[in-house]
Amino acid sequence: MAAGTVLEAMTMETAQAVAAEEFAQIVQSHRPQIFRFLLASTRDVDLAETLTQECFLKAHRNWSSFRGESSAMTWLMRIAINLQKDHWRNRRMQFWRLTQTNAVDLDEASEWLPGGESSAEQQMLAKEQVEHVWKAVKGLSERQRTVFLLRFVEERDLSEIAQATGLSEGTVKAHLSRALARVRTELGGRR
Amino acid sequence: MSFLKQNVQQTERIGGRGDELDLGLEPELEQALDAFRLSVHALSEAAYSRPRTVTVLTHRRVWRQAAGWALGCVLTAGIVSTGFYEQHQRQVAAQRAAQQAEQNRLAAQQMREQQMREEDELLAKVDSDVAREVPSAMEPLAQLVAEDESE
Repeated sequence: MAAGTVLEAMTMETAQAVAAEEFAQIVQSHRPQIFRFLLASTRDVDLAETLTQECFLKAHRNWSSFRGESSAMTWLMRIAINLQKDHWRNRRMQFWRLTQTNAVDLDEASEWLPGGESSAEQQMLAKEQVEHVWKAVKGLSERQRTVFLLRFVEERDLSEIAQATGLSEGTVKAHLSRALARVRTELGGRR
Repeated sequence: MSFLKQNVQQTERIGGRGDELDLGLEPELEQALDAFRLSVHALSEAAYSRPRTVTVLTHRRVWRQAAGWALGCVLTAGIVSTGFYEQHQRQVAAQRAAQQAEQNRLAAQQMREQQMREEDELLAKVDSDVAREVPSAMEPLAQLVAEDESE
């Protein structure tokens, strides 16, 4: 009986250690993507870091309840989206706070382009395009922005976006279509 | 690899994802979206690996929080005091209105009394005038009586 209890305790400990190791791997592999999504959504480095930390803290607390119905990335993305929603909801109440603490402005964000071997002209064109897309993204509703970024920055497919946002695929398509119309308009105004 | 070539490869990758989404993206829009994705990736990578300045930010946040609380308190105090002031003003206005109504009532009463007094005086005057008139109407008869006695 006592030997059985000891064995049980050892098995539990081993299971916990395995789960911890699994979670550590998840953090290591998905943290940059979650941070990138939150940074693109909020355009605030500090806020994106804080929300990323909170996201993984929440994920760690609920790791045992993750049943693997969706990929870990989709599950984490869903947590991140909910945290972001909560943040904006709370922020609307804290109207006296500065809008962003360590915000990246549009010009600064558009500066970030991989150099490669492209010519100066191509770089200028790409910079201009990126600036216009940022402007369009800024003008999108929270939901449209989330869907747009998941599709065109994180390269998630429709079903993953639907799972992460809790929307139907049809609604995701509609949001994407509206977001793209806005980007088109912004790019069209450039010509 | 040139930037454009990289873009084309990325576009093909997205186009070939095989999901049921057909957004009908024109080449320029695709190019812009690719450039945007690469830009966000580069920005995120740079921000992710930047050195952290926790102390400075914490300090700044504390000040911001304190300033936020102070502003919040001032606003709350302002709203509360405005409420009290409004209430006080309403009470003063109500008192003034009551005083005014009382004064009007007294003035009306005085006016009524004055009118009654004037009416009484008028009636008294009429009575006295009538009382004086009646004997003078008998005066010719009295004269006749006097003349007869003298004859």
